[in-house]
Amino acid sequence: MVPLSWYLMLAAFLFSCGLYGALGRRNAIAMLMGIELMLNAANINLVAFWRHGVGPMADLTGQVFAVLIIGLAAAEAAVGLALIIAVYRERRTIDVDELDLLAG
Amino acid sequence: MGDLGLIAPEIILLIGGLFIFCLDLAYDPGVGKKSGLSYMALAALFLAAALVAVVLQLNISEISEVSQEPVPKIAFSMMTIDNFGSFIKVTIFAGMILTAIAGGRYMNRRSGNQGEFWTFFLMVSLAMSIAASANNLVLVYLAIEFLSITSYMLAGFLRDNRRSNEAGLKYFLYGSIASAVMLYGISLLYGATGSLYIHDIAAAFAEIMGDSSQVSGLAFAALPAMLLVLAGLGFKASLAPFYQWAPDTYDGSPTPVATYLSTASKTAAFAVLARFFVVGMASFEVNWVPVLAAFSIITMTMGNLAALRQHSVKRMLAYSSVAQAGYILMGLVAVTSASTSAMDGLNGVLLYLFAYLFTNVGAFLVVMALEETVNSTHINAYRGLIKRAPWLAVMFTVFLLSLTGIPATGGFLGKAFVFGAAIQRQYFWLAAIGVINAGIAAFYYLRVVRAMFFTEEEEEDQPLEVPMALQTSLLVCAVATIWIGVYPSPVIDWVSTASVQLLSVVP
Repeated sequence: MVPLSWYLMLAAFLFSCGLYGALGRRNAIAMLMGIELMLNAANINLVAFWRHGVGPMADLTGQVFAVLIIGLAAAEAAVGLALIIAVYRERRTIDVDELDLLAG
Repeated sequence: MGDLGLIAPEIILLIGGLFIFCLDLAYDPGVGKKSGLSYMALAALFLAAALVAVVLQLNISEISEVSQEPVPKIAFSMMTIDNFGSFIKVTIFAGMILTAIAGGRYMNRRSGNQGEFWTFFLMVSLAMSIAASANNLVLVYLAIEFLSITSYMLAGFLRDNRRSNEAGLKYFLYGSIASAVMLYGISLLYGATGSLYIHDIAAAFAEIMGDSSQVSGLAFAALPAMLLVLAGLGFKASLAPFYQWAPDTYDGSPTPVATYLSTASKTAAFAVLARFFVVGMASFEVNWVPVLAAFSIITMTMGNLAALRQHSVKRMLAYSSVAQAGYILMGLVAVTSASTSAMDGLNGVLLYLFAYLFTNVGAFLVVMALEETVNSTHINAYRGLIKRAPWLAVMFTVFLLSLTGIPATGGFLGKAFVFGAAIQRQYFWLAAIGVINAGIAAFYYLRVVRAMFFTEEEEEDQPLEVPMALQTSLLVCAVATIWIGVYPSPVIDWVSTASVQLLSVVP
């Protein structure tokens, strides 16, 4: 079996990439992609911890939580893209630096 | 009562939301007519029914077979129905009802999709209600995320309005980053303890902290996990490093949405914070107390300093609500699990939230009234308000004095309790910084009072027509604010039973 630490390192790497993308990119859709990466990093963690038996194997907590998160990520992306489209219609841009109507 | 009876408030809200949604699909009011006010009335009715259901649940507990002590009831193994949760739910529902009644006309004028708005309004209440009693991190995460996603939609609800759009998108981007960070923290906690139940996590930590050979490994995972979870919850409560969204979102979103985001949603976030830190992280108190204390100091200082230089009253209230979150957090820092004194930090948190809810809802409703009548949130619109709308000016003064913390208002009681708790735990420096901040805050609150009473308006004095529903909500808020300040003992008793029940499950 692949050791637990490998999965954890992969998840940490993915999480860092996602966080960098979400904070560093100025394009709203690229930020959304970063957020999805972060959610998937948490999924890998949950399933890896479950597989390596941190809790009783019979309760599927880690697996079930991961499935719930996949569904939730879809809902979040749907709402996020709808908001991005609404902004795009009004201003013809989705660069977050140009969202400066509210400031001060 | 079975398990379904225990979650009756949530069921009522769910049915209400779906009912309005279906009604909106089936019923066409005709061209040019709007049915927003009837949907609002329905939403307020369902919220009131849920409030009654929560009140009926007060003081139910069962006698444990093991210890013969009363323990809180658990519904479907993931929701704790205790007095703490019920107190938070009563606070939240009261705020949502007041906001709904006052905001019906505001939304009706600005948007056509009324059925959707009030459906989401009930769904937001449902999410906050679940968050208040969730005792499993899966449910906590789902409830917070449910609350966030519906709030993103409501903040950006006025699709054709650039400001509302921008508020929604900013809230979404900050919010989903924060919740993804929190999720990563939760996954680490699952790995460290093998469970997602808050009481199991607490028990696992308590056991391992007792055994010194294992401490280092677990603490290694627990500290980052705690910080990551704090990032997610701190975002919802608009604590210092994560508050940048708050002023923009409150400023741009429709005022009824800003009202509940700054009060009810914050209340739910503090409920989750309290359950997570006080119960789940009890063994790590030495670690989280300094972190939360630092957050509290930065939050109130940043909020107050930024509020000083605002010219829009709505934006000033937004920054002030960030600062208020700092004071509330001070109460959480000063929680003592063994204390029997009424001046405990948890009592302070709950009292503060209760008083703050009525005060801040009231303050935002005044802003809404001015937006409705003169269509401005700038401080100049408030000049000479005492001549144009004397009652509005007097009530706004009550709210501002309560936010400042003047005696005989609810805000004073809340501040007295959190500062008192901090002094009792000998965090003198924390209390001192809090008092200095309250002094700074007085400047910008009283500046509005001065504008209302002591400056002349350039234009002619025209009496303002404030809608009846808005006036009713305002009156309730003002009476509640003064009542809590003048005759607080029933509230203090109620709060004490609530916090005793939460602290009784700390291992």
